[in-house]
Amino acid sequence: MMINHPLLGLRDAAEFVYLGDASLINRPDRDAPDAAAAFYEYLHLRDNPAGTHRELWYHEQGDRSWLVVTRNTLTHDIESVELASDVARQQGRDV
Amino acid sequence: MRYSALKILKEGLSGNKGWKPAWREPEPKTEYDVVIVGGGGHGLATAHYLAKEHNITNVAVLEKGWVGSGNVGRNTTIVRSNYLLPGNQPFYELSMKLWEGLEQDFNYNAMVSQRGVLNLCHSDAQRDAYIRRGNGMRMSGADAVLLDEAGVKEMCPFLNFDNARFPIKGGLWQPRGGTVRHDAVAWGYARGADSRGVDILQQCEVTGFQMDNGTCVGVYTSRGSIKAKKVAVCVAGSSSRVMEKAGLRLPIESHVLQAFVSEGLKPVIPGVVTFGAGHFYISQSDKGGLVFGGDIDGYNSYAQRGNLPVVEDVCEGGMAVMPMIGRARLLRMWGGIMDMSMDGSPFIDKTDVPGLYFNGGWCYGGFKATPASGWCYAHLLATDTPHEVATAMRLDRFMTGRMIDEKGMGAQPNLH
Repeated sequence: MMINHPLLGLRDAAEFVYLGDASLINRPDRDAPDAAAAFYEYLHLRDNPAGTHRELWYHEQGDRSWLVVTRNTLTHDIESVELASDVARQQGRDV
Repeated sequence: MRYSALKILKEGLSGNKGWKPAWREPEPKTEYDVVIVGGGGHGLATAHYLAKEHNITNVAVLEKGWVGSGNVGRNTTIVRSNYLLPGNQPFYELSMKLWEGLEQDFNYNAMVSQRGVLNLCHSDAQRDAYIRRGNGMRMSGADAVLLDEAGVKEMCPFLNFDNARFPIKGGLWQPRGGTVRHDAVAWGYARGADSRGVDILQQCEVTGFQMDNGTCVGVYTSRGSIKAKKVAVCVAGSSSRVMEKAGLRLPIESHVLQAFVSEGLKPVIPGVVTFGAGHFYISQSDKGGLVFGGDIDGYNSYAQRGNLPVVEDVCEGGMAVMPMIGRARLLRMWGGIMDMSMDGSPFIDKTDVPGLYFNGGWCYGGFKATPASGWCYAHLLATDTPHEVATAMRLDRFMTGRMIDEKGMGAQPNLH
């Protein structure tokens, strides 16, 4: 697989470390009353779809940026690649 | 029809006209006591033991493709019970005992070959860890022998003992481990279940679950709707996809694991050998091919094929520990889809939905578990209580903090 890094262009997926579902960006509020249940779901449960999947890849052997890669888990085709910091900013996070 | 040497002789003398198909091809009934979703090794074993041990025979096994078309036909055929934790090891030792009596139990040649499993160690710390593991194994009734360097040399003189980075210091040997003909396991269990009245329905895909006031009362399939008092899902690799139809989210990611086989060679490897400093394991099939594998590719996948970086990684591991395999040519490689659970351990449990049961999350250890998985799942379905060796394999264990973290790596499926 080749990942089209937004800053560096096409890079071999072997340069990256995989973390999993991009929803891991959305860390729950630790002060919320239901924090225990929210963290259980955040940490352990996954949608795990067969088809389009948004996921986090870390460019460990490159510029060390976190990417959100939209990839098809049935074909391994990569549809789009964004910087995870841009995605977090769009969601109103202060990064 | 019982298979025996006498039967072969009789059929041989009468033109082999008396052989019948190993199982029937029945039409689905409208209702069963138990419907098992998934006709792989675990599902068929569950049906076999439900009928044989619990006398529950009004059972159907629904299979989307053909019997044994999933991971039971795609693994590297290794059986062993060399786990450590109390939540795991007694379960795998039960499985080992069932493997030992399997062929007599279901009257089918599964080519169970107890040729031994050798885990190599490469440092003092690793030897200490293996001593602990060996003691854990023996406490469960399993066998474990600690070998020093000379002991390993005697058994496997072809290994690379003087590797500068990872010299071989010894190994943990389980003589009762070995290999089993994987397809024959599915066929034997299918035949055993069928002969006791279980309906095996191939080309029968489950498209949804019938719910009545929050209780699961049956399934919708590509061959019509089927009512059931209990629905038992057993579809490792596709667990998330199937359970999503019942509204459940699981602590599982699906990953691809690749396996490899070389051209056929004369016997060179006595048993199963695993590299302790990288992820590489190898055995030799009865046909002579070297069967080996390593790590999962490490990203979510349902594609049943992997990528080249892992091929390179596995072959590097092989060359590091066993340089002679560089002379063999790779014949085939393939991928299977694993349920990677968050702690690397499986589930055999009821779900929050009454009438719906779940078996999955086997990571890449499902094949060796086949008999015990069927045995314990059948026990759960028949008695509604977990079998004593499967009490830790609960679906809610991440909520309650009772993980079975065999590798001590925590909640990261791509690390297991």
